[in-house]
Amino acid sequence: MRRGPGPFDLAALTLGFAFLYLPIVILVVFSFNASKLVTVWGGFSLRWYEAVLSNQQLLDSAWVSVRIAFVTATTALVLGTMAGLVLVRIQRFPGKALFTGMVFAPLVMPEVVTGLSLLLLFVSLDVPRGFWTVAIAHTTFATCYVAVVVQARLLTFDRSLEEAAMDLGAPPVRTFFLVTLPLIAPSLAGGWLLAFALSLDDLVIASFTTGPGATTLPMRIYSQARLGVTPEINAVCTILVALVTIVVLVISIVQKRRLVRERARPAR
Amino acid sequence: MRNGPGRVRPPLGRVLLVAVPFAWLAAFFLFPFLIVLKLSLSETALAQPPFLPIVEWVEEAGDLYLAIRLRVQNYLTLLSDGLYLAAFTSSLRIAATATLLALLVAFPVALGMARCRAEIRPFLLLAVMLPFWTSFLIRVYAWMGILKDDGLFNALLLGLGLIAEPLVLLDTETAVLIGIVYSYLPFMILPIFANLEKHDPSLLEAAVDLGCRPWKAFWRITVPLARPGIWAGCFLVFIPAVGEFVVPDLLGGADTLMIGRTLWLEFFTNRDWPLASAVAILMLLVLVVPIVLFQRQQALERLR
Repeated sequence: MRRGPGPFDLAALTLGFAFLYLPIVILVVFSFNASKLVTVWGGFSLRWYEAVLSNQQLLDSAWVSVRIAFVTATTALVLGTMAGLVLVRIQRFPGKALFTGMVFAPLVMPEVVTGLSLLLLFVSLDVPRGFWTVAIAHTTFATCYVAVVVQARLLTFDRSLEEAAMDLGAPPVRTFFLVTLPLIAPSLAGGWLLAFALSLDDLVIASFTTGPGATTLPMRIYSQARLGVTPEINAVCTILVALVTIVVLVISIVQKRRLVRERARPAR
Repeated sequence: MRNGPGRVRPPLGRVLLVAVPFAWLAAFFLFPFLIVLKLSLSETALAQPPFLPIVEWVEEAGDLYLAIRLRVQNYLTLLSDGLYLAAFTSSLRIAATATLLALLVAFPVALGMARCRAEIRPFLLLAVMLPFWTSFLIRVYAWMGILKDDGLFNALLLGLGLIAEPLVLLDTETAVLIGIVYSYLPFMILPIFANLEKHDPSLLEAAVDLGCRPWKAFWRITVPLARPGIWAGCFLVFIPAVGEFVVPDLLGGADTLMIGRTLWLEFFTNRDWPLASAVAILMLLVLVVPIVLFQRQQALERLR
């Protein structure tokens, strides 16, 4: 925008990022606290991590969450990519306004409403609730997030390569898989991860749509957190934060490298 | 069907491309709302599931009737019981206050980011996104440890000698506001930053060259140009915040009324599914105006 950040901007950035990061940093630091008290530092210890790793209930629900997130992210990637293509590439069809509305409304819809409505759907269809109902529920809102990511990528997409492929006789579907898909692949990877993270994180919708035997990790964390802050939950949260941070950093470094490589190539 | 002149039947691939996501969203997003509407007009029962059907075949004196019983009492209860109305109004008030606070915090941050050199911006953007990727629940939970009576914030203030007795922060509306602002802050920063980044610096330079004070130039040029980003951020914070459950449940007290929590309690604790459905329908009615405005704003952005 302008010449560069002034002192006011630097202060805003420092305070803003401190606000964003301090609570998480505090949580991480206190997960290594030997003392059970949250405000007293009793020395460095890994005892809470040992407690987490020997808590079978917690591990079971983590495994349930990861499986649901995997199914969700994969299904939502397919559906969301299709929806994103429809939003950008198909100008007119009956119900386009409704379609657009259904893609964007779930992004802001309060979770309690989505959760309740899906539960009532499953009840009225008499579907046994559990793993698959949660996966379907998560897929529905994750699809919308993937669609938005894919749509944003397609809006800045250079179509001349597709046109070249078509001119050379490739049918549309072949063009899509050979040209379009490889070019938007980084966004698709980002969309898959976003869907995975959203599913792994969701408490409200899962609580409504779950059934016996499908208790997810956030549901376990929530029921313990309601009773108060414990170092054990701090440790679980730290593990999750660490995993997410590593994955996001790796992805962004890979994408950055790719971008640099593409820029280094001679101009097309 | 006959294909008229100039009207080509769309290829099968294209039809499938539209039909598959359309059908999924219609089945799992749109259609369930009709069931919620239906259930909001039914009666509670001690059964599994805990409500009575609204449409039934009834045999009376050898004749068969299709009986439809719509119970409007759920809505009457919501409209006449002060507690529910209070929950609605305080949800709107808390969400509006939190949106305004988030805007006040996010705008300077987004502006600072946009003024940094282009090479640094992707890293700052990543730094804003990262907390959004880590669990929402964890971020709310982190504040519990900070705001407790014997938590870190009070320990800090006591240690500095600023207060003699710990402040009661957890289980108050202040804690709920902090929680919402904190959890939704990336949703406010990102659209504003995306907008500010595109501004042409020569406009501000021209204004300053013509003798405009920087502060005035900010108000007359930067803020009006940033309006679409500001609106997008406000919608993304306000609408979900109205129905927020996790934040008021973990950080708010028993007297912090929010409608998302009311719905949860009616459903899980009181097992009154019809009343919970009526709450959901009323919430949708309240939110339909901001949701439609949000959609229109997104559509305008796509046209740019």
